[in-house]
Amino acid sequence: MVPPVSEVEVARRSYRRSRQRRSTWVAVASTLVFAAVLVVGTVSAPGWQRTQESFLDPGVARRALPLVLEGLWLNLRVLVVAAVCVLALGLVVALLRTLRGPVWAPVRLLMTLYTDVFRGMPLIVLLYIIGFGVPGLRLQGVPTDKVVLGATAIILIYSAYVAEVFRAGIESVHPSQRAAARALGLTHRQTTRLVVLPQAVRNVTPPLLNDLVALQKDVGLISVLGAIDAVRQAQILSATTANFTPYIVAAVLFVLLAVPTARLADWATARARRRQQAGGLL
Amino acid sequence: MTDPTPAVEQPVLRVRNLVKSYGDVPVLRGVDLDVDEHRVVTLIGASGSGKSTLLRCVDLLEQVDDGQVWLDGQDVTDPRVDADAVRRRIGVVFQAYNLFPHLSVLDNITLAPRRVHGVDRAEAEERAVALLDRIGLAGRARAYPDQLSGGQAQRTAIVRALAVQPRLLLLDEVTSALDPELVGEVLALVREVAEGGMTILMATHEMGFARSAADVVCFLEGGVLLEQGPPEQVLVDPQHERTRQFLRRVVAAGRL
Repeated sequence: MVPPVSEVEVARRSYRRSRQRRSTWVAVASTLVFAAVLVVGTVSAPGWQRTQESFLDPGVARRALPLVLEGLWLNLRVLVVAAVCVLALGLVVALLRTLRGPVWAPVRLLMTLYTDVFRGMPLIVLLYIIGFGVPGLRLQGVPTDKVVLGATAIILIYSAYVAEVFRAGIESVHPSQRAAARALGLTHRQTTRLVVLPQAVRNVTPPLLNDLVALQKDVGLISVLGAIDAVRQAQILSATTANFTPYIVAAVLFVLLAVPTARLADWATARARRRQQAGGLL
Repeated sequence: MTDPTPAVEQPVLRVRNLVKSYGDVPVLRGVDLDVDEHRVVTLIGASGSGKSTLLRCVDLLEQVDDGQVWLDGQDVTDPRVDADAVRRRIGVVFQAYNLFPHLSVLDNITLAPRRVHGVDRAEAEERAVALLDRIGLAGRARAYPDQLSGGQAQRTAIVRALAVQPRLLLLDEVTSALDPELVGEVLALVREVAEGGMTILMATHEMGFARSAADVVCFLEGGVLLEQGPPEQVLVDPQHERTRQFLRRVVAAGRL
C-alpha cells in the first residue's frame, strides 16, 4: 500500500500545479500576441493586396493541387530509392575509409577524395554536370533519363555526407569496446561488424534522420533537369496561370512531407539521450 | 591458497625484460615475470606503476618496445605471430567491465565462442547459461548490461572471459570500479575460478584478497618489478623499503 502523502508534499504539489497553470496561460497569451503581430504586420504591408492575389489565389491552388501531387509522387519515388542507395553507399564509403593495411591505401585515398569532392560541390552544379554532361557523351548503355541522372547526382552528394556521419559514429564507439572484442579473439573485421557498427549505427540514427529531412526537399532539385516533379509542375502551372500560387502549394506539400520525419528524428534523439543519461532532472 | 604443485618444465607465461613507453613516458622498464600453471599471481603497486600496461602487453593490446613474452613457450612478441590466435588463448577482464551494451548478457558471453571458436549457438548458449547459473545470474541472461549492477556486470565479464576456456586469465583491477559492498561477490567468483585451477595474473588493490588467494605477489613501482614472492613474505615482511612504504600507505587507507 502506498503510504499517505505528507502535508509538505501536498503543498509542494499544489504549488507546482499552480505554476504549471500559470506557464500554460503565459505560453498561450504569448503565442496569440506573436501571431497577431505577424498577421497584422503582413496584411498591413502596402503590397499585401497584390501579393495575396499572385501567391495565395484559392482558385489556382485548387486547380494546381492534383497536378502538383502527381509531381510529388515522382519526388517520393526518387526519395525512397535515393535514401536506400545513400544509406548503402555511405556505409560502404565509411567502412572503406576505416580499412587498415597497406594494400588498402589507394582505396582509403580514393574514398577521402570522394567525400572531399562531393561534400564540397554544390548540388545544383553536379546536377548540371551529370544531367547534361553524361548524356552528351552518347555512351551505349548509359541512362539518359532525367530522373535517373538527377537521382544519381543527389545520391553521390548525400552519400558523401552520410559516409562522414557513419564514420563519426564509428569513431564515437569507445576504444575500450574494440579492446574488449579483440581480447576475446575477434578479428579486426569481426570487431567492426559485430561490436563497433551496431553501436555506431545506434549513435548516428538521429543525425541520419536529420539528413533524411534535408534529402526530402532536395529531391525537388531534379526539376532543374526537366524531370516533371512537384517543383517542375508548379513552375509550369505558374507560367500558364501567370500566378505564383502553385509554388506555395508545392512548398506546403514538401513541408507536410517533412513534418513526420522531423518528429521521428526528434523522437530518436530524445530516446538516444534517455538511454545515455537515465534519470536526472536536467 | 593452493598447495604447491609439482614443478612444471615451462611456465604458462614467461616475461623477460619487458619495456614499454607511451611517447616519452616510460611505463615498463624491463620486467621479468613467470606465471606457472594453476597459479594465481597478483600485481600490486600504486596507480601508474605499470600493472595495467603489463597486462595489455601480455594480451598484445599494446606493442612492446623491447623484451619478450612467451605463452606456453611460444614467443608471442614475434611480429610474425598471429595476434588474434594468441588472444584466443587468453581471457581478459577489464576494470570498467567493457561489456557490449548492444548485446544481452547471453550474447555477450556467447559472442566469442560462436564467432571465434565455431561453437554452434545452442551449445554455446547452454554452456553460457550453465556458467550464469553457477554465479546466480541465469535469470539475467536476457538482460542488457545497463540493467545490471556493477557487481553483476563484472561477474558477467568474468564469465564472458571464461566462456572460451582460456589458458591464462588476466584480471585488470576488476573491483576498482565497484561500490565497496559489491567487491565481495566479484572476489568470491575470482577465488572460485582460481580454485578450479585457472592460471591467473591479476592487477589488484585488494591486499586482503592478494594475501589469502594469491600464490605469488609482485610489487611494481615505476615500471620495475621490485619484489616478488609468496604473499606472507611480500605483504607481511617486505624486503624492499619502497614496498614497506607502499604497504604503510595502504594500511593507513584502511585497505589491509
